Amino acid sequence: MKKLESSLKNMLLCLAVITIVSGGLLALVNEKTKGPIEEANKQTLQAGLKEVIPDFDNNPAEDTASVVINGQTYIVYKAYKGGQSAGAAVESSAGGFGGDLKVLVGFDNDGKITNYRLLAHSETPGLGSKADTWFKKGGKGDITGMSPADGPLTVSKDGGQIDAITASTITSRAFLNAVNSAYAAYMQQAGQSVPADAVSGASIKSDN
Amino acid sequence: MNNFKVLINGIVKENPTFVLLLGMCPTLGTTSSAINGMGMGLATAFVLICSNVAISAIKNLVPDMVRIPAFVVVIASFVTVLQMLMQAYVPDLYAKLGLFIPLIVVNCILLGRAEAFASKNGPVPSFFDGLGIGLGFTIALTLLGAVRELLGTGRIFDMQVYPEEYGMLTFVLAPGAFIALGFLIAIVNRLKKA
Amino acid sequence: MEYVLIFITAIFVNNIVLSQFLGICPFLGVSKKVETAAGMGMAVAFVLVLSTLVTYLIQKLLLDPFDLGYLQTIAFILVIAALVQMVEIILKKVSPALYQALGVFLPLITTNCCILGVAILVIQKDFDLLTGVIYAFATALGFALALIIFAGLREQLALVNIPKGMRGMSIALVTAGLLAMAFMGFSGVDKGLQTALGM
Repeated sequence: MKKLESSLKNMLLCLAVITIVSGGLLALVNEKTKGPIEEANKQTLQAGLKEVIPDFDNNPAEDTASVVINGQTYIVYKAYKGGQSAGAAVESSAGGFGGDLKVLVGFDNDGKITNYRLLAHSETPGLGSKADTWFKKGGKGDITGMSPADGPLTVSKDGGQIDAITASTITSRAFLNAVNSAYAAYMQQAGQSVPADAVSGASIKSDN
Repeated sequence: MNNFKVLINGIVKENPTFVLLLGMCPTLGTTSSAINGMGMGLATAFVLICSNVAISAIKNLVPDMVRIPAFVVVIASFVTVLQMLMQAYVPDLYAKLGLFIPLIVVNCILLGRAEAFASKNGPVPSFFDGLGIGLGFTIALTLLGAVRELLGTGRIFDMQVYPEEYGMLTFVLAPGAFIALGFLIAIVNRLKKA
Repeated sequence: MEYVLIFITAIFVNNIVLSQFLGICPFLGVSKKVETAAGMGMAVAFVLVLSTLVTYLIQKLLLDPFDLGYLQTIAFILVIAALVQMVEIILKKVSPALYQALGVFLPLITTNCCILGVAILVIQKDFDLLTGVIYAFATALGFALALIIFAGLREQLALVNIPKGMRGMSIALVTAGLLAMAFMGFSGVDKGLQTALGM
């Protein structure tokens, strides 16, 4: 086949055809992958919920409440077992060292922390990124079973009871801030308000 | 040149990373671990193979003066297809590679191969060229990722080789990417001489 | 005050080249002389601000209302390519002096991934238009700074006796690594500044 000449008509025709074909192709693939993408997002959420709430038989992803505190919106996923409340998971975030830190925190009915999952972060790899296991059961800064009801959780450097990640105090503070505000959101959703200083006490302190 | 030679040529003699020094951004940006490097390499290979075949198939229908924009549209379409497929089936990897997936569009390797090979050869050799260059890129990224992961955290493909405390964290961070690649290229240069 | 913070962060803390790994090709390719490095830096600043402005408007006025988000990559790259061409033609007519200075760099800019990268980042980070443009400008300054420092280092490097295998790209990459390490010293500065300014 001979190569088409670079006449204006040919050029316009060629670009138009290519654009229409690829536009059509993309629309088709978009249509086909829409379902699986939603499914994938749902599964990520489900896996997170399963990890942080110990035992439930409803679908917390469909039983949510959003709570606004200080202009920030928190999503509370409510869990039930046999019709009885079985705690909840709260999606919360706070500004860390490299950007926002997003966590899903699970609470039982007494407001005690059951588990958490780090959803997204941009902390330094190898240092702040250790937050994904550091505060878990068996980790050095274990927060399982604690409750911000007895005052906000803080790192030992700020007079608190939790060991910060080595060389990552700012990340640790941000993480605990996110947990504290998750608790405040959980309580507010449950109809009990928390004293204001439980949240404001969680703001970042300047010393390092 | 037969197809096998085209394939090997892409992996060794014209290795895009170590010899041609193309596509440096994803090479440095996504290789903090071996598995990430491999994922990025395979993603690029996928787009490269598709775009090479498509471009060589339509090469006679595209007038010379508009060939660059036409090629770019073809490449960008395949990148978007890849984006959607990854979001649907490997969301974890997609989240890790992030911005570097859409940026495959501006990876010089793709337009370079379209110009240098696919626009002059038939679809079958172009397929093998895409495969060869794609694999060469994947191998280079996996190697660089493995070196950085091993030196930085003491692991390879998430398997602990020596205790993490002895790792040099720098290699997982930005400076380590430059330094590790610099020394790998020096080693390749040395081997080429021998 | 918020804008000062964006400036500091984009130039020093999250330098586009040395910590985000965008725009590496021109960083390694056009950094043999300080003069050309400065020219490239200016050209990038010019195009980056313009393209961020245009792609932002396209996203908000065309792609979002018609639910065409999946056409983002293809639309952005075409707009950027067309824009670079247009800038080239207009500069040639309007300001030959500026064209002399930036002309040779313009065609290279289309495939500079920091242009497309910043355009996508601005949408991802959900900036408003003004913040986005300021972010783009600051990013370009960061790019220019890294490029010029690096070119200065390479000019010196050309005079040194280096082991054979390391010559060329190899030693350049190691140097870039050391420069990146120096820039890591800035990490956390944005946080400190944020607190100091009481934000």
